[in-house]
Amino acid sequence: MLSYLLRRILLVLPVAFGVSVICFLLVQIAPGDPLTAIMPVDATAEEQAAMRAAYGLDKPLPVQYTIWIGNLVQGDMGKSIATGRPVAGEVFGAVQNSLLLAASAAVIAFPIGIFLGFLAGYFRDTWIDRGVTALSITGVSVPNYWLGIVLVIIFSVNLGWLPSMGAGPGGSQAWEWDWAHMRHLILPAVTLAVVPIGIVARTVRALAGDILTMDFVQALYAKGMSRADVLRHVARNAAATALSVMGLQLGYLLGGSILIETVFNWPGSGFLLSNAIFQRDLPLLQGTILVLALFFVAMNLIVDVVQAAIDPRIQRT
Amino acid sequence: MKTFGKGVAAFATAVTLLCGGMAQAQGTLRVGMTAADIPLTTGQTDQGGEGMRFMGYTVYDSLIEWDLTSADKPSVLIPGLATEWSVGDDQLTWTFKLRPDVTFHDGSPFTAEVAVWNFEKLLNDQAEQYDPRQSAQGKSRIPAVASYEAVDDLTLTITTKEPDATLPYQLAWILMSSKANWEAMDKDWEKVAMSPSGTGPWKLETFVPRERAELVPNTEYWDEERIPKLDKMVLMPLPEPNARAAALMSGQVDWIEAPAPDTIPAMEGNGLVISSNAYPHNWTWHLSRLEGSPWNDINVRKAANLAIDREGMMPLLGGLMVPAKGFLPPSSQWFGNPEFDVTYDLEAAKALMQEAGYGPDNRLKVKALISPSGSGQMLPLPMNEYIQQSLSEIWIDVEFMVVEWNQMINLWRAGAADASVDGSQSINFTYFIQDPFTGLIRHLDCNLIAPNGTNWGHYCDDEMQALFEGIKTTFDPEEQNAVLQKTHEKFVNDALFLFVTHDVAPRAMKPSVKGFVQAQNWYQNFSSISIEE
Repeated sequence: MLSYLLRRILLVLPVAFGVSVICFLLVQIAPGDPLTAIMPVDATAEEQAAMRAAYGLDKPLPVQYTIWIGNLVQGDMGKSIATGRPVAGEVFGAVQNSLLLAASAAVIAFPIGIFLGFLAGYFRDTWIDRGVTALSITGVSVPNYWLGIVLVIIFSVNLGWLPSMGAGPGGSQAWEWDWAHMRHLILPAVTLAVVPIGIVARTVRALAGDILTMDFVQALYAKGMSRADVLRHVARNAAATALSVMGLQLGYLLGGSILIETVFNWPGSGFLLSNAIFQRDLPLLQGTILVLALFFVAMNLIVDVVQAAIDPRIQRT
Repeated sequence: MKTFGKGVAAFATAVTLLCGGMAQAQGTLRVGMTAADIPLTTGQTDQGGEGMRFMGYTVYDSLIEWDLTSADKPSVLIPGLATEWSVGDDQLTWTFKLRPDVTFHDGSPFTAEVAVWNFEKLLNDQAEQYDPRQSAQGKSRIPAVASYEAVDDLTLTITTKEPDATLPYQLAWILMSSKANWEAMDKDWEKVAMSPSGTGPWKLETFVPRERAELVPNTEYWDEERIPKLDKMVLMPLPEPNARAAALMSGQVDWIEAPAPDTIPAMEGNGLVISSNAYPHNWTWHLSRLEGSPWNDINVRKAANLAIDREGMMPLLGGLMVPAKGFLPPSSQWFGNPEFDVTYDLEAAKALMQEAGYGPDNRLKVKALISPSGSGQMLPLPMNEYIQQSLSEIWIDVEFMVVEWNQMINLWRAGAADASVDGSQSINFTYFIQDPFTGLIRHLDCNLIAPNGTNWGHYCDDEMQALFEGIKTTFDPEEQNAVLQKTHEKFVNDALFLFVTHDVAPRAMKPSVKGFVQAQNWYQNFSSISIEE
């Protein structure tokens, strides 16, 4: 297990390097001038050139990358062009809020998705299966920003029960669990949970349905094992794959919630990313993408390790 | 009897306290801005007109300011931190008498030396206090300034590079921050940003980047008329229009900027108030005047202007527009009396096109740069499609080159001759037209042809250049207004742009918001506002 763990961690290093190169280059090739956001629209060519030099954007790309990566390994992600504030503070503050939102959505989505999937798999080809399948396909297909707007219209505008925007009173307070903050969390978390509910339900349904038809299940029944014990075996066999899907979903929840965070004005990494894109804020864009990409890499690593711990066959492959 | 007396006294005291409390407590105004972040708080703001509106003329003052007290007439310049100003016989040296006894929020005095220090922070990159971020916002606003000097505590002189009577308008952009506060914040502008100090009617109390700024009244403000009535004003960036509308309709904010036209009926149905007024803004097609451009023919330019049914466009914008009669809104003091009537006359337009050699069998093809969104751009895609349809009626076929707003700004700076515009002969842009330089001169001055300035179309005309010189060398405000009128008349008579419409700065608010007077200006006065509980 230890050698597997080391091998897996060592593999992360070239991936992280590749991610950093891609992050740096992708934002460079996007059209538009990163200094547009901070210069008046009628700034002269001379003023633009002076600003470009002040931010080091006049240097060749390899030099810019070397400076960026050199500062990065020292923990300096640079300063936002649009705000002048340190990127690290901006990104980690936003990631905290996104983690809170993603974790809340996961807490809603995973148990419901697993339950529905297991139910459909167990009652395969019955009306329960068809009902769950229809629900999960709907969940995956409904554009979540549209669902978010509908929920806002119903629960914020019409009923006035829940706030439509922001992370809490007096600005964001990540990980505050009082009602004043929780009520800001409910609508975006529910909206964000809908897609993973559908995906997890469909995955677990397929897994549980297949496993239930396997010979070893019949053998367990033949040995006189109770239905509950048999289902426990089925769950364990399905766990590794289901975990892998949920791990990836957690990554998507963190990085893929740009529209949800925009609809709800949630001050997370998705919202930060969309602002950085529109403002062509290169340091902020690079920092945010890098942190999200590395989070994704870390999630994959954790999922692999946990999978290997659950299913020792994985360590040998 | 004694008990009764005590009761009366207690009642009287309670009434007095209650009434006193009511007089002072005027509530909190929560504003949903269109900006994605709180505008730069250090003094010279970013985020364009909205930044100046909410973080500029609230926390800070300039030497010369805009009169924001009337909704009925165009705003004019009034004394701010300078009480009077005059230009010397050389027409280069201006003397400003500064307002006495003005203090910053930190208690330090505003003096001529502090004003000089503020100019240095923008214009002298060798100065200790030079701030590239503020300089990027302020330097291009004061192109006339050559040097500045503190004569004594309350006398400041500014020398211009050439005679330039538009200097007072330029100075209305420049906001004064506290030198003492900057020193107290370790001479670090990032620290100043979190705890700024101006002389304005509002003080920044709380600042959460990207989420909120809370302003409280400066009860020591030098102009007693503009001491805010509210207890607090909270600014929240809400860039997404639907999120802004939902926040207002669900009661999380009291006021939103720029409600989307299609949400207005629902808002009005919910009892919310829509406020709007004409202001110095326009939505035009800026035309290329490079050799070979079809817009070089005045008949084509006039025909295009006559082919657009501007009244017919109004429903598209929920009625929130002023149909253009020229480059400036018809209510502008500089509108003048142009001979060319910008109206809808399809037959006249067709006749002009035929005179120019075009017809059903010889259609004109033009390429136009447009953006799908952008600051002040109103509803660019449907509006441009409307124009495309209108122009096709007079045998002009429009091909669009659609670029994202950020890129659009770059293409506007690059100018019509740049390869990046890919041969486009016009660019759809909205303009801030509040002062003579940004409103008129910068678009058509021979010396500001792109990329050295923002004359996108490379227009250059001796008569127009003489008018621009006249604006700069006419120091009497009334006489200067007359020159500005003549200038605008030439803009219209020569049909130098495709004039389409003016925005009316719509904002939506709860009916409990009282006392707001929407000035015909990009900036507004929030001091008169109160919240009726």
